[in-house]
Amino acid sequence: MNWIRKNIIMIVGLLVLFYMFIPVFVVIALSFNEPKSRLTYTFDKFTFDNWLHPCSGAEAMCPAVMVSLKIGLISTIGATILGTLMAYALMRYRFRGKGVANLLLFLPMASPEVVLGSSLLTLFVSASFPLGFWTILIAHIMFCLSFVVVTVKARLAGMDPRLEQAAMDLYANEWQTFRRITLPLLAPGIASAALLSFSLSFDDFIVTNFNSGSTVTFPMFVWGSAQRGIPVNVIGSAVFLIALAIVVLGQIIGARKRKALAA
Amino acid sequence: MTNTDTSKKWVPYLLLAPGALWLALFFLTPMFNLGATSLYDPSGSLETGYVMNGHVGNYADALGEYWPQFLRSFTFAAIATVLALIIAYPLAYAIALKSGQWKNILLVLVIAPFFTSFLLRTLAWTALLGDNSSFVHFLQDIHILPEGGRILATPFAVVMCLTYNFLPFMTLPLFTSLEKVDPRLIEAAGDLYSKPFNGFHRVVLPLSMPGVVAGTLLTFIPASGDYINAQLLGGIKNTTMIGNVIDRAFLERGAYPTAAALSFLLMAAIVILVATYVKRAGTDELV
Repeated sequence: MNWIRKNIIMIVGLLVLFYMFIPVFVVIALSFNEPKSRLTYTFDKFTFDNWLHPCSGAEAMCPAVMVSLKIGLISTIGATILGTLMAYALMRYRFRGKGVANLLLFLPMASPEVVLGSSLLTLFVSASFPLGFWTILIAHIMFCLSFVVVTVKARLAGMDPRLEQAAMDLYANEWQTFRRITLPLLAPGIASAALLSFSLSFDDFIVTNFNSGSTVTFPMFVWGSAQRGIPVNVIGSAVFLIALAIVVLGQIIGARKRKALAA
Repeated sequence: MTNTDTSKKWVPYLLLAPGALWLALFFLTPMFNLGATSLYDPSGSLETGYVMNGHVGNYADALGEYWPQFLRSFTFAAIATVLALIIAYPLAYAIALKSGQWKNILLVLVIAPFFTSFLLRTLAWTALLGDNSSFVHFLQDIHILPEGGRILATPFAVVMCLTYNFLPFMTLPLFTSLEKVDPRLIEAAGDLYSKPFNGFHRVVLPLSMPGVVAGTLLTFIPASGDYINAQLLGGIKNTTMIGNVIDRAFLERGAYPTAAALSFLLMAAIVILVATYVKRAGTDELV
Protein backbone atom coordinates (compact mmCIF):
# COMPACT_ATOMS: atom_id res chain seq x y z
CA MET A 1 0.00 0.00 0.00
CA ASN A 2 2.77 2.32 1.00
CA TRP A 3 4.63 1.46 -2.18
CA ILE A 4 1.61 2.41 -4.28
CA ARG A 5 1.23 5.67 -2.41
CA LYS A 6 4.87 6.54 -2.92
CA ASN A 7 4.82 5.79 -6.64
CA ILE A 8 1.30 6.89 -7.49
CA ILE A 9 2.43 9.60 -9.92
CA MET A 10 4.71 7.23 -11.80
CA ILE A 11 1.91 4.64 -12.02
CA VAL A 12 -0.57 7.18 -13.37
CA GLY A 13 2.08 8.47 -15.77
CA LEU A 14 2.76 5.00 -17.15
CA LEU A 15 -0.99 4.37 -17.54
CA VAL A 16 -1.26 7.57 -19.60
CA LEU A 17 1.70 6.43 -21.69
CA PHE A 18 -0.03 3.08 -22.29
CA TYR A 19 -3.17 4.94 -23.36
CA MET A 20 -1.11 6.85 -25.93
CA PHE A 21 0.01 3.56 -27.44
CA ILE A 22 -3.43 1.88 -27.68
CA PRO A 23 -4.19 2.89 -31.28
CA VAL A 24 -0.62 2.08 -32.31
CA PHE A 25 -1.11 -1.48 -31.02
CA VAL A 26 -4.29 -1.71 -33.09
CA VAL A 27 -2.46 -0.49 -36.20
CA ILE A 28 0.36 -3.00 -35.66
CA ALA A 29 -2.06 -5.88 -35.01
CA LEU A 30 -4.07 -5.09 -38.12
CA SER A 31 -0.92 -5.02 -40.21
CA PHE A 32 -0.69 -8.81 -39.68
CA ASN A 33 -4.34 -9.32 -40.51
CA GLU A 34 -5.83 -10.96 -43.56
CA PRO A 35 -9.42 -9.78 -43.46
CA LYS A 36 -12.27 -11.76 -44.98
CA SER A 37 -13.93 -8.60 -46.15
CA ARG A 38 -12.29 -5.28 -46.84
CA LEU A 39 -14.84 -3.35 -44.86
CA THR A 40 -14.34 -4.77 -41.39
CA TYR A 41 -11.75 -4.18 -38.72
CA THR A 42 -12.07 -7.64 -37.15
CA PHE A 43 -8.95 -9.74 -36.89
CA ASP A 44 -9.52 -12.78 -39.11
CA LYS A 45 -6.29 -14.52 -40.01
CA PHE A 46 -2.61 -14.02 -39.26
CA THR A 47 -0.42 -13.22 -42.25
CA PHE A 48 2.94 -11.69 -43.14
CA ASP A 49 1.75 -10.76 -46.62
CA ASN A 50 1.17 -7.10 -45.86
CA TRP A 51 4.77 -6.74 -44.78
CA LEU A 52 6.27 -8.84 -47.57
CA HIS A 53 4.33 -7.19 -50.37
CA PRO A 54 3.46 -3.73 -49.13
CA CYS A 55 2.66 -2.38 -52.58
CA SER A 56 0.29 -5.09 -53.75
CA GLY A 57 -3.43 -4.70 -53.23
CA ALA A 58 -3.73 -0.96 -53.04
CA GLU A 59 -2.08 0.16 -56.26
CA ALA A 60 -2.15 3.87 -55.62
CA MET A 61 -0.51 3.66 -52.22
CA CYS A 62 3.18 3.35 -52.99
CA PRO A 63 3.20 6.30 -55.43
CA ALA A 64 1.41 8.33 -52.74
CA VAL A 65 4.08 7.42 -50.19
CA MET A 66 6.75 8.45 -52.71
CA VAL A 67 5.07 11.83 -53.25
CA SER A 68 4.91 12.38 -49.49
CA LEU A 69 8.56 11.42 -49.02
CA LYS A 70 9.63 13.76 -51.81
CA ILE A 71 7.61 16.69 -50.48
CA GLY A 72 8.72 15.90 -46.93
CA LEU A 73 12.41 15.91 -47.86
CA ILE A 74 12.40 19.03 -50.02
CA SER A 75 10.28 21.06 -47.62
CA THR A 76 12.44 19.93 -44.69
CA ILE A 77 15.59 21.11 -46.44
CA GLY A 78 13.98 24.41 -47.44
CA ALA A 79 12.41 25.16 -44.08
CA THR A 80 15.51 24.11 -42.12
CA ILE A 81 17.84 26.40 -44.07
CA LEU A 82 15.53 29.42 -44.05
CA GLY A 83 14.59 28.85 -40.39
CA THR A 84 18.15 28.40 -39.13
CA LEU A 85 19.23 31.67 -40.75
CA MET A 86 16.28 33.46 -39.18
CA ALA A 87 16.90 31.97 -35.74
CA TYR A 88 20.57 32.99 -35.89
CA ALA A 89 19.70 36.57 -36.85
CA LEU A 90 17.10 36.84 -34.08
CA MET A 91 19.33 35.46 -31.33
CA ARG A 92 22.71 36.94 -32.20
CA TYR A 93 21.98 40.44 -33.50
CA ARG A 94 20.28 43.51 -32.18
CA PHE A 95 18.32 45.32 -34.89
CA ARG A 96 15.20 47.32 -35.61
CA GLY A 97 12.08 45.36 -36.46
CA LYS A 98 12.91 42.31 -34.36
CA GLY A 99 9.49 42.44 -32.74
CA VAL A 100 7.78 42.44 -36.12
CA ALA A 101 9.87 39.47 -37.24
CA ASN A 102 8.95 37.55 -34.09
CA LEU A 103 5.28 38.31 -34.60
CA LEU A 104 5.46 37.21 -38.23
CA LEU A 105 6.89 33.89 -37.05
CA PHE A 106 4.39 33.45 -34.22
CA LEU A 107 1.23 34.06 -36.25
CA PRO A 108 1.38 30.97 -38.50
CA MET A 109 1.75 28.81 -35.38
CA ALA A 110 -1.28 30.50 -33.83
CA SER A 111 -3.44 29.99 -36.92
CA PRO A 112 -5.56 26.87 -37.25
CA GLU A 113 -4.69 24.72 -40.25
CA VAL A 114 -8.02 25.30 -41.98
CA VAL A 115 -7.26 29.01 -42.08
CA LEU A 116 -3.71 28.51 -43.40
CA GLY A 117 -4.90 26.06 -46.03
CA SER A 118 -7.96 27.94 -47.18
CA SER A 119 -6.21 31.32 -47.37
CA LEU A 120 -3.47 29.84 -49.55
CA LEU A 121 -6.14 28.27 -51.73
CA THR A 122 -7.79 31.67 -52.33
CA LEU A 123 -4.37 33.10 -53.26
CA PHE A 124 -3.52 30.33 -55.72
CA VAL A 125 -6.99 30.44 -57.25
CA SER A 126 -7.01 34.21 -57.74
CA ALA A 127 -3.48 34.08 -59.19
CA SER A 128 -4.57 31.17 -61.43
CA PHE A 129 -1.60 29.19 -60.16
CA PRO A 130 -2.19 25.48 -60.90
CA LEU A 131 -2.66 23.38 -57.74
CA GLY A 132 -0.42 20.35 -57.30
CA PHE A 133 3.05 19.29 -56.18
CA TRP A 134 4.48 22.83 -56.09
CA THR A 135 1.61 24.40 -54.17
CA ILE A 136 1.84 21.63 -51.55
CA LEU A 137 5.57 22.25 -51.26
CA ILE A 138 5.11 26.01 -50.87
CA ALA A 139 2.53 25.46 -48.12
CA HIS A 140 4.63 22.91 -46.25
CA ILE A 141 7.75 25.09 -46.18
CA MET A 142 5.55 27.94 -44.89
CA PHE A 143 4.08 26.08 -41.91
CA CYS A 144 7.31 24.22 -41.02
CA LEU A 145 9.38 27.42 -40.94
CA SER A 146 8.14 28.76 -37.58
CA PHE A 147 8.69 25.42 -35.88
CA VAL A 148 12.27 25.28 -37.16
CA VAL A 149 12.96 28.79 -35.86
CA VAL A 150 11.54 27.98 -32.40
CA THR A 151 13.59 24.76 -32.13
CA VAL A 152 16.88 26.28 -33.32
CA LYS A 153 16.37 29.38 -31.16
CA ALA A 154 16.00 27.19 -28.08
CA ARG A 155 19.32 25.49 -28.86
CA LEU A 156 21.06 28.86 -29.47
CA ALA A 157 19.73 30.16 -26.17
CA GLY A 158 21.36 27.24 -24.36
CA MET A 159 24.77 27.79 -26.00
CA ASP A 160 27.54 29.59 -24.20
CA PRO A 161 28.13 32.82 -26.19
CA ARG A 162 31.64 33.04 -24.76
CA LEU A 163 32.76 30.25 -27.10
CA GLU A 164 31.93 32.46 -30.06
CA GLN A 165 33.54 35.46 -28.41
CA ALA A 166 36.69 33.43 -27.83
CA ALA A 167 36.87 32.55 -31.52
CA MET A 168 36.46 36.22 -32.43
CA ASP A 169 39.18 37.16 -29.95
CA LEU A 170 41.44 34.72 -31.74
CA TYR A 171 40.91 36.69 -34.97
CA ALA A 172 38.31 34.44 -36.60
CA ASN A 173 35.98 36.54 -38.72
CA GLU A 174 32.21 36.27 -38.49
CA TRP A 175 31.87 33.63 -41.18
CA GLN A 176 34.71 31.49 -39.77
CA THR A 177 33.21 31.71 -36.30
CA PHE A 178 29.82 30.64 -37.60
CA ARG A 179 31.23 27.81 -39.71
CA ARG A 180 33.73 26.38 -37.18
CA ILE A 181 32.11 27.11 -33.81
CA THR A 182 28.41 27.97 -34.03
CA LEU A 183 27.31 25.48 -36.67
CA PRO A 184 28.83 22.35 -35.08
CA LEU A 185 27.43 23.30 -31.66
CA LEU A 186 24.07 24.03 -33.24
CA ALA A 187 23.90 20.72 -35.16
CA PRO A 188 21.73 18.76 -32.69
CA GLY A 189 19.20 21.61 -32.65
CA ILE A 190 19.15 21.75 -36.44
CA ALA A 191 18.76 17.96 -36.60
CA SER A 192 15.74 17.93 -34.30
CA ALA A 193 14.24 20.86 -36.21
CA ALA A 194 14.63 18.91 -39.45
CA LEU A 195 13.07 15.79 -37.93
CA LEU A 196 10.15 17.86 -36.66
CA SER A 197 9.67 19.48 -40.10
CA PHE A 198 9.70 16.15 -41.83
CA SER A 199 7.11 14.62 -39.54
CA LEU A 200 4.90 17.73 -39.79
CA SER A 201 5.08 17.66 -43.57
CA PHE A 202 4.73 13.89 -43.99
CA ASP A 203 1.67 13.73 -41.74
CA ASP A 204 -0.13 16.87 -42.86
CA PHE A 205 -3.62 16.45 -44.16
CA ILE A 206 -5.66 19.63 -43.68
CA VAL A 207 -3.42 22.20 -45.41
CA THR A 208 -2.52 19.71 -48.13
CA ASN A 209 -6.15 18.85 -48.80
CA PHE A 210 -6.85 22.47 -49.72
CA ASN A 211 -3.87 22.90 -52.02
CA SER A 212 -3.23 19.52 -53.61
CA GLY A 213 -5.26 19.70 -56.82
CA SER A 214 -5.05 16.17 -58.16
CA THR A 215 -1.76 15.25 -56.44
CA VAL A 216 -2.24 12.49 -53.86
CA THR A 217 0.00 12.41 -50.79
CA PHE A 218 0.03 9.52 -48.33
CA PRO A 219 -2.38 11.10 -45.79
CA MET A 220 -4.73 11.96 -48.65
CA PHE A 221 -4.59 8.37 -49.85
CA VAL A 222 -5.44 7.12 -46.36
CA TRP A 223 -8.32 9.59 -46.17
CA GLY A 224 -9.61 8.45 -49.54
CA SER A 225 -9.50 4.80 -48.54
CA ALA A 226 -11.13 5.59 -45.20
CA GLN A 227 -14.17 6.87 -47.06
CA ARG A 228 -14.46 3.45 -48.71
CA GLY A 229 -13.29 1.20 -45.83
CA ILE A 230 -9.61 0.50 -45.13
CA PRO A 231 -7.46 -1.68 -47.31
CA VAL A 232 -5.24 -3.37 -44.79
CA ASN A 233 -2.05 -2.89 -46.77
CA VAL A 234 -2.10 0.80 -46.03
CA ILE A 235 -1.64 -0.07 -42.42
CA GLY A 236 1.14 -2.56 -43.04
CA SER A 237 3.36 -0.13 -44.83
CA ALA A 238 2.53 2.73 -42.52
CA VAL A 239 3.87 0.68 -39.65
CA PHE A 240 6.93 0.03 -41.73
CA LEU A 241 7.52 3.75 -41.96
CA ILE A 242 7.19 4.12 -38.20
CA ALA A 243 9.72 1.37 -37.69
CA LEU A 244 12.04 3.26 -40.01
CA ALA A 245 11.52 6.46 -38.07
CA ILE A 246 12.24 4.75 -34.77
CA VAL A 247 15.45 3.30 -36.15
CA VAL A 248 16.58 6.73 -37.34
CA LEU A 249 15.72 8.20 -33.96
CA GLY A 250 17.56 5.43 -32.17
CA GLN A 251 20.61 6.07 -34.32
CA ILE A 252 20.60 9.75 -33.48
CA ILE A 253 20.26 9.10 -29.78
CA GLY A 254 22.93 6.40 -29.90
CA ALA A 255 25.31 8.72 -31.72
CA ARG A 256 24.74 11.42 -29.14
CA LYS A 257 25.40 8.98 -26.30
CA ARG A 258 28.68 7.86 -27.89
CA LYS A 259 29.69 11.47 -28.34
CA ALA A 260 28.87 12.19 -24.72
CA LEU A 261 30.97 9.23 -23.64
CA ALA A 262 33.89 10.30 -25.81
CA ALA A 263 33.79 13.85 -24.52
CA MET B 1 27.15 37.58 -27.91
CA THR B 2 25.12 40.35 -29.41
CA ASN B 3 26.74 41.87 -32.41
CA THR B 4 26.63 45.64 -32.34
CA ASP B 5 29.23 46.37 -34.99
CA THR B 6 27.60 49.29 -36.80
CA SER B 7 29.36 48.73 -40.13
CA LYS B 8 27.47 45.45 -40.57
CA LYS B 9 23.97 46.55 -39.82
CA TRP B 10 22.61 44.81 -42.89
CA VAL B 11 23.75 41.30 -41.87
CA PRO B 12 20.71 40.35 -39.73
CA TYR B 13 18.34 41.67 -42.40
CA LEU B 14 20.10 39.59 -45.02
CA LEU B 15 19.77 36.48 -42.85
CA LEU B 16 16.10 37.16 -42.18
CA ALA B 17 15.15 38.15 -45.72
CA PRO B 18 14.54 34.76 -47.41
CA GLY B 19 12.38 33.34 -44.62
CA ALA B 20 10.54 36.60 -44.01
CA LEU B 21 9.86 36.93 -47.72
CA TRP B 22 8.44 33.41 -47.81
CA LEU B 23 6.11 34.16 -44.91
CA ALA B 24 5.09 37.50 -46.41
CA LEU B 25 4.27 35.86 -49.75
CA PHE B 26 2.64 32.68 -48.54
CA PHE B 27 1.20 33.60 -45.15
CA LEU B 28 0.43 37.34 -45.10
CA THR B 29 -0.64 37.77 -48.74
CA PRO B 30 -3.05 34.81 -48.50
CA MET B 31 -4.55 36.35 -45.35
CA PHE B 32 -5.25 39.59 -47.22
CA ASN B 33 -6.57 37.58 -50.10
CA LEU B 34 -8.84 35.66 -47.76
CA GLY B 35 -10.11 38.95 -46.39
CA ALA B 36 -10.77 40.22 -49.91
CA THR B 37 -12.50 37.00 -50.95
CA SER B 38 -14.80 37.25 -47.95
CA LEU B 39 -16.11 40.56 -49.36
CA TYR B 40 -16.91 39.28 -52.86
CA ASP B 41 -20.43 39.23 -54.19
CA PRO B 42 -21.70 35.77 -53.20
CA SER B 43 -23.75 35.40 -56.40
CA GLY B 44 -20.60 34.67 -58.46
CA SER B 45 -18.95 31.28 -58.82
CA LEU B 46 -15.48 29.89 -59.60
CA GLU B 47 -16.41 29.48 -63.27
CA THR B 48 -18.05 32.85 -63.86
CA GLY B 49 -15.70 34.74 -61.56
CA TYR B 50 -16.52 36.91 -58.57
CA VAL B 51 -17.33 40.59 -58.42
CA MET B 52 -15.68 42.60 -55.65
CA ASN B 53 -18.35 44.79 -54.14
CA GLY B 54 -17.46 44.91 -50.46
CA HIS B 55 -20.33 42.63 -49.54
CA VAL B 56 -20.02 42.75 -45.72
CA GLY B 57 -23.28 40.81 -45.55
CA ASN B 58 -21.27 37.63 -46.09
CA TYR B 59 -20.21 37.83 -42.48
CA ALA B 60 -23.72 38.26 -41.17
CA ASP B 61 -24.91 35.39 -43.35
CA ALA B 62 -22.05 33.11 -42.29
CA LEU B 63 -22.51 33.85 -38.61
CA GLY B 64 -26.28 33.62 -38.78
CA GLU B 65 -26.20 30.24 -40.43
CA TYR B 66 -23.23 28.62 -38.73
CA TRP B 67 -23.02 30.05 -35.21
CA PRO B 68 -23.96 26.67 -33.66
CA GLN B 69 -20.95 25.03 -35.32
CA PHE B 70 -18.72 27.87 -34.12
CA LEU B 71 -19.95 27.46 -30.60
CA ARG B 72 -19.59 23.68 -30.76
CA SER B 73 -16.01 23.90 -32.05
CA PHE B 74 -14.92 26.12 -29.21
CA THR B 75 -16.78 24.02 -26.64
CA PHE B 76 -15.29 20.75 -27.91
CA ALA B 77 -11.81 22.30 -28.09
CA ALA B 78 -12.10 23.73 -24.57
CA ILE B 79 -13.22 20.41 -23.06
CA ALA B 80 -10.51 18.52 -24.93
CA THR B 81 -7.89 21.04 -23.72
CA VAL B 82 -8.91 20.68 -20.07
CA LEU B 83 -8.99 16.88 -20.34
CA ALA B 84 -5.58 16.83 -22.04
CA LEU B 85 -4.16 19.03 -19.26
CA ILE B 86 -5.50 16.67 -16.57
CA ILE B 87 -4.17 13.59 -18.36
CA ALA B 88 -0.82 15.02 -19.47
CA TYR B 89 0.17 16.67 -16.19
CA PRO B 90 0.89 13.47 -14.20
CA LEU B 91 2.79 12.04 -17.16
CA ALA B 92 4.92 15.15 -17.62
CA TYR B 93 5.46 15.35 -13.85
CA ALA B 94 6.51 11.71 -13.60
CA ILE B 95 8.98 12.05 -16.49
CA ALA B 96 10.42 15.37 -15.34
CA LEU B 97 10.77 14.73 -11.62
CA LYS B 98 10.41 11.03 -10.87
CA SER B 99 11.97 9.06 -13.69
CA GLY B 100 15.70 9.39 -12.93
CA GLN B 101 17.79 7.46 -15.46
CA TRP B 102 14.69 6.46 -17.48
CA LYS B 103 13.96 10.05 -18.49
CA ASN B 104 15.25 9.91 -22.07
CA ILE B 105 13.60 6.58 -22.83
CA LEU B 106 10.25 7.77 -21.48
CA LEU B 107 10.51 10.95 -23.55
CA VAL B 108 11.12 8.96 -26.72
CA LEU B 109 8.11 6.79 -25.82
CA VAL B 110 5.93 9.89 -25.51
CA ILE B 111 6.85 10.96 -29.04
CA ALA B 112 6.95 7.46 -30.59
CA PRO B 113 3.18 6.96 -31.15
CA PHE B 114 3.17 10.14 -33.18
CA PHE B 115 5.34 8.67 -35.85
CA THR B 116 2.31 6.67 -36.89
CA SER B 117 0.15 8.71 -39.18
CA PHE B 118 -2.37 10.96 -37.43
CA LEU B 119 -5.11 9.62 -39.70
CA LEU B 120 -4.27 5.97 -39.05
CA ARG B 121 -4.39 6.46 -35.29
CA THR B 122 -7.74 8.20 -35.58
CA LEU B 123 -9.00 5.35 -37.75
CA ALA B 124 -7.78 2.86 -35.13
CA TRP B 125 -10.02 4.64 -32.61
CA THR B 126 -12.99 4.26 -34.94
CA ALA B 127 -12.25 0.53 -34.88
CA LEU B 128 -11.92 0.46 -31.08
CA LEU B 129 -15.07 2.48 -30.46
CA GLY B 130 -17.10 1.05 -33.36
CA ASP B 131 -20.52 -0.51 -32.85
CA ASN B 132 -19.20 -4.08 -33.02
CA SER B 133 -16.08 -3.57 -30.94
CA SER B 134 -15.59 -5.59 -27.76
CA PHE B 135 -15.20 -2.37 -25.76
CA VAL B 136 -18.68 -1.20 -26.70
CA HIS B 137 -20.14 -4.68 -26.07
CA PHE B 138 -18.48 -4.70 -22.66
CA LEU B 139 -19.99 -1.32 -21.77
CA GLN B 140 -23.38 -2.61 -22.88
CA ASP B 141 -22.98 -5.77 -20.79
CA ILE B 142 -22.26 -3.86 -17.61
CA HIS B 143 -25.11 -1.46 -18.47
CA ILE B 144 -23.08 1.70 -18.68
CA LEU B 145 -24.34 1.95 -22.24
CA PRO B 146 -27.94 0.99 -23.00
CA GLU B 147 -28.63 -1.96 -25.30
CA GLY B 148 -27.79 -0.77 -28.81
CA GLY B 149 -26.16 2.38 -27.44
CA ARG B 150 -23.30 3.83 -29.43
CA ILE B 151 -20.04 5.62 -28.79
CA LEU B 152 -19.08 6.24 -32.39
CA ALA B 153 -20.94 9.18 -33.93
CA THR B 154 -21.43 10.88 -30.55
CA PRO B 155 -19.86 14.12 -29.28
CA PHE B 156 -18.12 11.98 -26.65
CA ALA B 157 -16.16 10.11 -29.32
CA VAL B 158 -15.10 13.34 -31.05
CA VAL B 159 -13.96 15.05 -27.84
CA MET B 160 -12.16 11.92 -26.67
CA CYS B 161 -10.24 11.65 -29.91
CA LEU B 162 -9.41 15.37 -30.01
CA THR B 163 -7.98 14.94 -26.51
CA TYR B 164 -5.96 11.94 -27.60
CA ASN B 165 -4.59 13.48 -30.77
CA PHE B 166 -3.27 16.66 -29.18
CA LEU B 167 -1.87 15.04 -26.03
CA PRO B 168 1.83 15.39 -26.98
CA PHE B 169 1.31 19.12 -27.67
CA MET B 170 0.28 19.35 -24.02
CA THR B 171 2.82 16.94 -22.57
CA LEU B 172 6.01 18.37 -24.08
CA PRO B 173 5.63 22.03 -22.95
CA LEU B 174 4.56 20.81 -19.50
CA PHE B 175 7.61 18.58 -19.34
CA THR B 176 9.92 21.43 -20.39
CA SER B 177 8.74 23.73 -17.62
CA LEU B 178 8.51 20.98 -14.97
CA GLU B 179 12.04 19.87 -15.75
CA LYS B 180 13.30 23.28 -14.66
CA VAL B 181 11.71 22.91 -11.21
CA ASP B 182 14.40 22.28 -8.63
CA PRO B 183 13.35 19.18 -6.63
CA ARG B 184 14.91 20.76 -3.55
CA LEU B 185 12.13 23.35 -3.57
CA ILE B 186 9.59 20.55 -3.10
CA GLU B 187 11.69 19.09 -0.29
CA ALA B 188 11.94 22.51 1.30
CA ALA B 189 8.16 22.85 1.23
CA GLY B 190 7.91 19.45 2.94
CA ASP B 191 10.53 20.42 5.53
CA LEU B 192 8.46 23.47 6.34
CA TYR B 193 5.53 21.19 7.16
CA SER B 194 3.51 21.74 4.02
CA LYS B 195 1.26 18.81 3.17
CA PRO B 196 2.13 17.19 -0.17
CA PHE B 197 -0.89 18.72 -1.89
CA ASN B 198 -0.08 22.20 -0.58
CA GLY B 199 3.50 21.79 -1.68
CA PHE B 200 2.28 21.01 -5.17
CA HIS B 201 -0.33 23.73 -5.21
CA ARG B 202 1.92 26.47 -3.86
CA VAL B 203 5.29 25.52 -5.33
CA VAL B 204 5.22 23.23 -8.35
CA LEU B 205 2.03 24.41 -10.05
CA PRO B 206 2.99 28.12 -10.14
CA LEU B 207 6.45 27.23 -11.45
CA SER B 208 4.94 25.15 -14.25
CA MET B 209 2.52 27.87 -15.38
CA PRO B 210 4.48 28.78 -18.55
CA GLY B 211 4.16 25.15 -19.61
CA VAL B 212 0.46 25.10 -18.80
CA VAL B 213 -0.15 28.24 -20.87
CA ALA B 214 1.93 27.02 -23.84
CA GLY B 215 0.38 23.55 -23.70
CA THR B 216 -3.22 24.75 -23.52
CA LEU B 217 -2.64 27.10 -26.47
CA LEU B 218 -0.93 24.43 -28.55
CA THR B 219 -3.88 22.12 -27.87
CA PHE B 220 -6.78 24.56 -28.11
CA ILE B 221 -5.82 26.28 -31.36
CA PRO B 222 -5.48 23.21 -33.59
CA ALA B 223 -8.38 21.45 -31.84
CA SER B 224 -10.82 24.28 -32.55
CA GLY B 225 -9.98 24.26 -36.26
CA ASP B 226 -9.81 20.50 -36.64
CA TYR B 227 -12.30 18.60 -38.77
CA ILE B 228 -10.67 15.20 -39.12
CA ASN B 229 -11.90 13.88 -35.78
CA ALA B 230 -15.41 15.19 -36.31
CA GLN B 231 -15.47 13.67 -39.79
CA LEU B 232 -14.16 10.23 -38.88
CA LEU B 233 -15.69 9.75 -35.42
CA GLY B 234 -18.66 12.07 -35.50
CA GLY B 235 -22.20 11.63 -36.63
CA ILE B 236 -24.17 13.54 -39.22
CA LYS B 237 -25.81 16.17 -37.06
CA ASN B 238 -24.60 17.05 -33.60
CA THR B 239 -20.83 16.79 -34.04
CA THR B 240 -20.15 19.03 -37.06
CA MET B 241 -17.40 21.52 -36.27
CA ILE B 242 -16.58 24.77 -38.02
CA GLY B 243 -13.63 23.12 -39.80
CA ASN B 244 -16.02 20.71 -41.52
CA VAL B 245 -18.19 23.61 -42.65
CA ILE B 246 -15.25 25.58 -44.04
CA ASP B 247 -13.78 22.54 -45.78
CA ARG B 248 -17.08 21.65 -47.45
CA ALA B 249 -17.89 25.23 -48.38
CA PHE B 250 -14.53 25.60 -50.16
CA LEU B 251 -14.00 22.20 -51.70
CA GLU B 252 -17.49 20.79 -52.27
CA ARG B 253 -19.88 23.69 -52.64
CA GLY B 254 -17.36 26.14 -54.06
CA ALA B 255 -19.02 28.94 -52.06
CA TYR B 256 -15.83 30.96 -51.71
CA PRO B 257 -17.12 34.24 -50.21
CA THR B 258 -19.05 32.55 -47.38
CA ALA B 259 -16.24 30.09 -46.75
CA ALA B 260 -13.65 32.88 -46.65
CA ALA B 261 -15.82 34.86 -44.23
CA LEU B 262 -16.07 31.81 -41.95
CA SER B 263 -12.34 31.21 -42.13
CA PHE B 264 -11.61 34.85 -41.32
CA LEU B 265 -14.04 34.81 -38.40
CA LEU B 266 -12.37 31.68 -37.00
CA MET B 267 -8.96 33.33 -37.23
CA ALA B 268 -10.22 36.53 -35.60
CA ALA B 269 -11.97 34.65 -32.79
CA ILE B 270 -8.84 32.65 -32.04
CA VAL B 271 -6.55 35.68 -32.08
CA ILE B 272 -8.87 37.48 -29.64
CA LEU B 273 -9.21 34.45 -27.36
CA VAL B 274 -5.47 33.81 -27.34
CA ALA B 275 -4.58 37.46 -26.73
CA THR B 276 -6.98 37.70 -23.78
CA TYR B 277 -5.81 34.42 -22.36
CA VAL B 278 -2.12 35.24 -22.61
CA LYS B 279 -2.72 38.62 -21.02
CA ARG B 280 -4.66 37.14 -18.10
CA ALA B 281 -2.14 34.35 -17.60
CA GLY B 282 0.55 37.02 -17.55
CA THR B 283 3.06 35.21 -19.74
CA ASP B 284 4.31 37.21 -22.67
CA GLU B 285 7.30 34.94 -23.07
CA LEU B 286 5.62 32.84 -25.75
CA VAL B 287 6.69 34.78 -28.80
